[in-house]
Amino acid sequence: MRHFFTLIFLFSTGMVFAFEIEEERTFEVAQSSATLKIISTTDLNYFAPLIDAYQERFPSINVVYTVASSTELFAGIYDEGAQYDVVISSAMDLQVKLVNDGLTQSYQSADTSSMPTWAKWRNHLFAFTQEPAVLVASKQGIGDFPTPQNRQDLISLLRDNPDYFRGKIGTYDIRKSGAGYLFATQDARQSDLFWRLAEVIGSLEPKLYCCSSDMLNALESGEIAFAYNVVGSYASAVLDESSDGFIAPLSDYTHFMLRTALIPRSAPNANLGGGFIDFIVNAQGKALIKEKAGLPPIDGEALSQHQYYRPISLGPGLLVYLDKLKRQYFLDEWSDAMEQ
Amino acid sequence: MNNAVPSSGSLGRRLLIQLLIVAAILSALLYLAVRAVANQAAVASHDNILGASAAAIAEQLGTDNDGIVIDIPYSAFSMLGAISEDRVFYRIDIDNETATGYEDLPAPADSTNTSKPIFYATQFRDTTVRVAAQTRVIPVNNKPVSVLILVAQTRRAQDTISAKVANTAAALGIGFFLIAGAMSWFATRSTVKPLYAVANAIGRRGAHDLRPLQSPVPSELSPLVKSLNDFIARLRSSLNRTETFMAEAAHHVRTPLATVRTQAEIALRQAETDASRKTLRTVIRAVDESSRSASQLLDHAMISYRSDQLSTEEIDYTALVYEVIRALSATAELKDLAVLSDIEPGVSINGDRVLIEIALHNLLDNAIKYSPFDGTISIEMKRDEQGCLFKISDQGRGLDGNEQSALVQRFQRGENAKDVVGSGLGLTMVEAIAKAHKGTFVLQQNTGPGTCATFSL
Repeated sequence: MRHFFTLIFLFSTGMVFAFEIEEERTFEVAQSSATLKIISTTDLNYFAPLIDAYQERFPSINVVYTVASSTELFAGIYDEGAQYDVVISSAMDLQVKLVNDGLTQSYQSADTSSMPTWAKWRNHLFAFTQEPAVLVASKQGIGDFPTPQNRQDLISLLRDNPDYFRGKIGTYDIRKSGAGYLFATQDARQSDLFWRLAEVIGSLEPKLYCCSSDMLNALESGEIAFAYNVVGSYASAVLDESSDGFIAPLSDYTHFMLRTALIPRSAPNANLGGGFIDFIVNAQGKALIKEKAGLPPIDGEALSQHQYYRPISLGPGLLVYLDKLKRQYFLDEWSDAMEQ
Repeated sequence: MNNAVPSSGSLGRRLLIQLLIVAAILSALLYLAVRAVANQAAVASHDNILGASAAAIAEQLGTDNDGIVIDIPYSAFSMLGAISEDRVFYRIDIDNETATGYEDLPAPADSTNTSKPIFYATQFRDTTVRVAAQTRVIPVNNKPVSVLILVAQTRRAQDTISAKVANTAAALGIGFFLIAGAMSWFATRSTVKPLYAVANAIGRRGAHDLRPLQSPVPSELSPLVKSLNDFIARLRSSLNRTETFMAEAAHHVRTPLATVRTQAEIALRQAETDASRKTLRTVIRAVDESSRSASQLLDHAMISYRSDQLSTEEIDYTALVYEVIRALSATAELKDLAVLSDIEPGVSINGDRVLIEIALHNLLDNAIKYSPFDGTISIEMKRDEQGCLFKISDQGRGLDGNEQSALVQRFQRGENAKDVVGSGLGLTMVEAIAKAHKGTFVLQQNTGPGTCATFSL
């Protein structure tokens, strides 16, 4: 009987919600007392081990894990009031907008209170990973040229050797990728060099990608020599000593994206959502994220290792590039630079 | 002496309560003032940042071929994020049409005069926000286009500051009240102290100390002390007059009586007829009686006067008893009376010497008067549990059924004493003196003939 209703429910939600999901898995337990619903931009293979660990701790809770792109996820919560207990996204700007516009609820516990202030906002938004935007270079692709140490080096290298690197540069298509847009706007905010770099890359017939994994694949296959603004945690997961690709640290600045979790106002089971946030932000949670998910957990000390490590700050500043006019101008300018 | 005066409440407490009420009112005012000022300051500084944010957006307005270009600078919002974790809303209208931002963010009621930013609080969606509104007019193709910029922020930081300020203000108010309260208490005490000092100065005085108060007092008390000194002066002169009067009265009554008696005795000796001798004896007897009455009346007045303010001292009671016996021994001898005395040596008591002497004198005099010739009077004086007892017993005519309560009435004499000279005041005085010393006086019929009088102090 219950399954029947669940079926009806799924069916009806499927009809009501127009946002697109990529993947959904239910982690069922033998005797369930409740169901925790998570919607996330993070691929299932990163999160499945974490959810297994969660169910070891809480053996009576079913978990439904839904994967969607950051924009679909945002639309689902913002426009359609989709019912999830936890929303996890790497699109910091969209997460901040959800909080700012009052679609989330506050959560406070001993675990969240002990988080550093830069890793949370308003007690609504909680960061649990810090992932750098990196330049990945191919040993073969770069050849005898020196590895660039900063963006000025990279600009000079590309400008001085246009024929060598033509068609060998990959970066996000920021019109399609939320993470790419976030990294690009933060670059533009950080330094005027960004537009010069964009001009140079644009002049070399760059290849544009939807996501980090595609860029890394292209690099490994020798298609491109440089991949700019790849999510560092994905790069670290794919690359090892024997790989052709390697991360080239840029010492002018390296932005860190914070993957964040929040509880939407429409959450059917907000308490469970809060419990899951505690589970991923406390000390054991950090260890699990590192070991099981292979993602770098929040760590203030790691960020203070280098002067040029810059975590992107959570806050209303991120709303600026979500302004529709601002976004349009930015994309127009970027497109002009990239497609010469 | 120690009569309670009806009280209309404590001056000190009244003063303290009034001071505490003032302190409480001032504390409350302090609390409200600190809150109001701090909140105003918080609102003002918050408004400044909101205004700066709106100005930053206005600065970046530009034009291109299509018209106005709105390029919100990152700092416009990040500066708001830097000071608090409040939510930020904005709206930008070009010629009264929303170009970007939150369309439902309420615009100011009157946006005609917003070339400088204006600020207002309003309800927006589920929360209250503070809004900065600024208008910038920009020429596009030589036509002025007005751009209205609204930047709004929720008020959580301000509410937090308000709550903190409220706590600080409350602590300030309570602290102020406690300090003021303590100071009020000390002030009240030191203000009321001179009053107690005056009261103590008067209370400590002996019964006959009628000097005016000389110690300096606060000016507010000087009318009281002056009145008190006037009163003391009047009392003193009145008492002086009374004493002088009594002494003079005794003198003026006794001296002519003594003259009359002497003349009557001379006349008696020279009298030739029995009839005139009898008459003269009657005169002498009457004079004696008058003289005695006069001195007893004066004694009685003295007792009434002194009982109110006993001048107590330590008296050698043994010596006093002997003295009284000695003083009356001549009179006793006239009647051939034997006086047997059993007197404990070295007894001393506290009392008014003059009064006690009068009492003992009267008792012994009575015993002598009512004793038959050749009789015996026994006097006993010893210490007992209550204090000390003086017992005198005669072999006279006894009480003859007369009650003690009747005999101690003023001018009352026993039915069986008509033939003896007496004023009817003696026992009255003894009783009064015993009472004044918180002692007792008991008259009893002896089992044989006579009376036994017991005077205990």
